[in-house]
Amino acid sequence: MKLKFAILILLSLTALAVFPMIGSTDVLHDPMGREILMKLRIPRVLTAFLAGIALATSGMIFQALFRNPLATPDTLGVSGGAALGATIWMRFAAPLLCLGVSGTSVAGFLGALGTVLLVYGLARAKSGFSSATLLLAGVAVNLFFSSLILLMQYFSDPGETFRMIRWLMGGFSVVGFTTPINLAVFTAIGLVIAVLLTREMNLLLIGEELASARGVNVDRTKILLFFSASLMTGAAVAFCGPIAFVGLMVPHIGRQLVGSDHRKLFPAVILLGGAFLVICDGLARTLLAPVEMPAGLITSLLGGPFFLWLLLRKV
Amino acid sequence: MNNAIQIENLALELNGSPILRGVSFDIGQGEYVSIIGPNGAGKTTLLRCLLGMYPYSGSAKIGGTECRGYDSRALARQVSYVPQTHDIEFPLAVYDFVMMGRYPYLSALSPAQKQDEDAVEQALEITGTTQFRTRTFRTLSGGERQKVYIAAALAQETPVMLLDEPATFLDWRHQTEVMRLLKKINVERGVTILAVNHDLNSAAHWSDRIIALKDGRTLFTGTPHELIQPAPLETLFETAFVRKETLAPASEQ
Repeated sequence: MKLKFAILILLSLTALAVFPMIGSTDVLHDPMGREILMKLRIPRVLTAFLAGIALATSGMIFQALFRNPLATPDTLGVSGGAALGATIWMRFAAPLLCLGVSGTSVAGFLGALGTVLLVYGLARAKSGFSSATLLLAGVAVNLFFSSLILLMQYFSDPGETFRMIRWLMGGFSVVGFTTPINLAVFTAIGLVIAVLLTREMNLLLIGEELASARGVNVDRTKILLFFSASLMTGAAVAFCGPIAFVGLMVPHIGRQLVGSDHRKLFPAVILLGGAFLVICDGLARTLLAPVEMPAGLITSLLGGPFFLWLLLRKV
Repeated sequence: MNNAIQIENLALELNGSPILRGVSFDIGQGEYVSIIGPNGAGKTTLLRCLLGMYPYSGSAKIGGTECRGYDSRALARQVSYVPQTHDIEFPLAVYDFVMMGRYPYLSALSPAQKQDEDAVEQALEITGTTQFRTRTFRTLSGGERQKVYIAAALAQETPVMLLDEPATFLDWRHQTEVMRLLKKINVERGVTILAVNHDLNSAAHWSDRIIALKDGRTLFTGTPHELIQPAPLETLFETAFVRKETLAPASEQ
């Protein structure tokens, strides 16, 4: 077990150290290299790392809450809700700042939280949490939100529409440290809440009734976890677009590596999630260099088949 | 001496329909009491009220304090629970599951202490499940699972233990083993036991006292001997399944 974690830590650190160096400009010898490294590459890699942590952890939290390995920010429609919230903000209120923090993230968070509560309510109203009900509710919510986003694009001018579409593909084209710092704040709050509820997430595995009999305040736990996951998903989506399937693949791989006990799974998911998106983004920048692809395309290309494989195998 | 459980005029409505309409009984410390009653009598609901899961009206006290007034961890230090069905699959080892019984004693980030490990070891030992400690639930039989559930409740080290049909889905041998185990916990550890039991014979055989519920009311409380008479049984189950002429010829003729 210690060896596994040593490897995961090494993987994360390597990804963080190596990927800023990789790209179409040689940052070590080019005269502009230092500038590119400091203003573009390092912020970009940090953003990808933080978004990976946020999305992967959110996935793990949703899987614990719904006791379903297919519950993720994407399948539940939470990313869609965050995207809708962020789009509404960008379209109608972009210049405004919300109490000094990024308004887009707050809007994304509210969109995410609203969606979580909606899907949870729907799944609960209809006989518990069968995988089918949950996923269908997520699909319906996702489609609905997509059409609302399309509607807003339809009424925007071409430049704005193009920006929205690029953002919806998911990517980490950031300049400077504002984005990673903002994302770090949101992610840190979400992580602290979730870390304090690690034991409770384990107890939710044995079912709400028994968890409650063991002394877990189930309602409070669920509300805090919903809040935490929405905060992280909302911020990641607002800054980087709805990068799909991270919340599905990373926790699953984590479980294969260290098991389902959240005391081990949680740190593994943090390390893996960060490294995963950094690597995906690295691939997106280099595969067709000098053309850069959005990292969201890479995760979707990997995640789609992975999801189908999981469906065929498990359900 | 205080009663372990005191219930007075307990009532509960769920979704507009009354489930409990005035249940009253007391259970002394160290007693072993079974609840019987037809389906829909409110037996499981009664247990859940005691576990603080429903906003009941009336009074239900454990250890002298109202159940809905407890903080959830504090209540879990007073009363433990073994649920009826174990249909939830989870990928945990037996030891980790039993350790979850220590939840009410642990704070958020502190790891398990020596006393927690000791409590778990003792619980595994009493229930005879020590050899399963590293196994996952998937690999256990129904009877073995039930013993592990009881071990987890024991690890909670509560003065009161509630069980919902602890032996209903087990074969005869495991039924006997589980009932014997509960009696042992009751006698050796002094744990007050309140168990829903569908099997009248087993309830009568193992309990000090029996409480019969019907339509959300207490119909009868008394010793097994007082209950196993034609009149109370017929009121309870509304059927003349007891052959009066063989059981009580004197009163009939």
